[in-house]
Amino acid sequence: MVTGGLRCLIVDLFEYQARDLLASHGVPVLPGGVAETPEQAEAIAREIGQTVVVKAQVKTGGRGKAGGVKLADNAEDAKARAQDILGLDIKGHITHRVMVAQASDIAEEYYFSYLLDRSNRTFLAMASVEGGMEIEQLAVERPEALARIPVDASKGVDSAKAAEIVDAAGFAPEVRDQVIAIAVQLWDVFAKEDATLVEVNPLAKAPDGTVLALDAKVTLDENAGFRHAEHAALEDAAAADPLEARAKEKDLNYVKLEGQVGIIGNGAGLVMSTLDVVAYAGEEFGGVKPANFLDIGGGASAEVMANGLEIILSDPAVKSVFVNVFGGITACDAVANGIVSALSILGDEATKPLVVRLDGNNVEEGRRILAEANHPLVTVVDTMDGAARRAAELAA
Amino acid sequence: MSIFLNENSKVIVQGMTGSEGSKHTSRMLASGTAIVGGVNPRKAGTSVDFDGTSVPVFGGVADAMKETGADVSVIFVPPPFAKAAVIEAVDAGIGLAVVITEGIPVHDSTYFWAHAQGGSTRIIGPNCPGLISPGRSNAGIIPANITKQGKIGLVSKSGTLTYQMMYELRDIGFSTAIGIGGDPVIGTTHIDALQAFQDDPETEAIVMIGEIGGDAEERAADFVKANVTKPVVGYVAGFTAPEGKTMGHAGAIVSGSAGTAQAKKEALEAAGVRVGKTPSETARLMREIVGA
Repeated sequence: MVTGGLRCLIVDLFEYQARDLLASHGVPVLPGGVAETPEQAEAIAREIGQTVVVKAQVKTGGRGKAGGVKLADNAEDAKARAQDILGLDIKGHITHRVMVAQASDIAEEYYFSYLLDRSNRTFLAMASVEGGMEIEQLAVERPEALARIPVDASKGVDSAKAAEIVDAAGFAPEVRDQVIAIAVQLWDVFAKEDATLVEVNPLAKAPDGTVLALDAKVTLDENAGFRHAEHAALEDAAAADPLEARAKEKDLNYVKLEGQVGIIGNGAGLVMSTLDVVAYAGEEFGGVKPANFLDIGGGASAEVMANGLEIILSDPAVKSVFVNVFGGITACDAVANGIVSALSILGDEATKPLVVRLDGNNVEEGRRILAEANHPLVTVVDTMDGAARRAAELAA
Repeated sequence: MSIFLNENSKVIVQGMTGSEGSKHTSRMLASGTAIVGGVNPRKAGTSVDFDGTSVPVFGGVADAMKETGADVSVIFVPPPFAKAAVIEAVDAGIGLAVVITEGIPVHDSTYFWAHAQGGSTRIIGPNCPGLISPGRSNAGIIPANITKQGKIGLVSKSGTLTYQMMYELRDIGFSTAIGIGGDPVIGTTHIDALQAFQDDPETEAIVMIGEIGGDAEERAADFVKANVTKPVVGYVAGFTAPEGKTMGHAGAIVSGSAGTAQAKKEALEAAGVRVGKTPSETARLMREIVGA
């Protein structure tokens, strides 16, 4: 429990997922759907029966400039535009899906968001009647145009609080009531879905005066997964690196990086520190870098060690492996036994040199076990800096 | 002296009968901590034996405080129930609530933090190893056998880096070592600990360990510059972490230019804090300062 938590901690949603989530909480959005093929796009456009916008579903900005957002007058046109956009590479993100939504004329564009304000340990509502542009830019250039109202997590947002936010942003009387209602609905999304960000940009007024959420970003807190079984389906398994996907199946906290020294350690902070120390040491050896982040947690059983080693050794970029463990709760002899049995489980699959640094609880016994096993691939180095240097040297 | 926890601290454990709670209660007792009770509404009135020490189980934090005079609670309650457990401790008015539990939704931690404002409870954590005043008391999961009582104060976001630094400086010893946790929202910050170490006559020098994400280190740097006269050395982990990827701790994520290790290091150095490139170099900087 305490040392577990081996999971991706944050889920950013695609636009179509965010739209569906908002709609399920009553937020007004335009009719539309998501398509993975031009034919599906055509079918959705036919159902909408008027001009549609076909939008690439990628988790990055600048879609419009990259040709990822196109208007289509009819269903055939929507099919052709989807054909153009599907497969498009937008800043390294390949487009696998498009959203087809009813096109809307826009009279005015606004901005509205709720987010976690970690510096002040509270939630924050941000709203502006000058939407459409990048909010970071607005915040810098015209800070007075962006209302920022803290929201007490223990009180939330009711109509009165929503009115405070909406009035601080200066929404005009003709849209005020609509925006207040939407602000309450968006809080419902934020609180009930355990989001750390719900951002609508633009929140738009159509020529008929109706206010709608035209585009939204939502980030969910995966720590809350235990009360949102349905959120698991929102994860984008296709986007994960293949090694990251395999590690996740084995419940390993692994992040793939571009480098040559495989890293295994215990505790997130110590592993981050290990990456840095290897990168410093690597400067001496032609820019050798760490190949991954892998935190095996406090347990460090033989099985977890074997799973971790297996993933790292199957990374063709890895030339050497650095196992860096501080025996706090886990004793070093248990870790050493874990390494020895992991190597015997892996047998011939283990082909790359391992540098092991153990310190802390029962360190002498741990080092003795490794010395006795005398495995040809294993080098034991006493200090973290020294071991990092040796691992970098072996990978150069 | 020490900060937040001393030889007179009377500690209860919420979630003492669970596997983690029971394992660590046993370790805390073995290191000399005065564990005066556990809390579990379903097992109230029973007691649990830890190697010959019988610890009574109470139905609630308020009962436990009334019966034992407890002033510290260590919380191992699993994530779905952790919010209620912290609120119960706050409502009972306990002085210190140490939340070890990892994986608490940020809406829950933000809620209990807001709920605790204006009350008398200091919250440490969540997702932290707790704190130890070596030789006096140990509230959490920090191994007690790494080092001894001494003159260094340590505050860190990371558990294993706390242990590593305690080990590097084990011959000098620590007044208190406190792991504040790596979550985006935590109850006790670097600044709270720095203030307490500054006020603690036994603490002569302070080690501050940070990591990527958020702006806590930058704020702590400003605080050091304005309020701390004792020498401070620093270490920041995560120089090689890429933008947009979480490195194990939910809070350890770089977004845009904010929260990078480089920015934190520069802010600390501008405040006169000497920052080590590695944990070992940081320990050497501390040795130069305390002359050991």
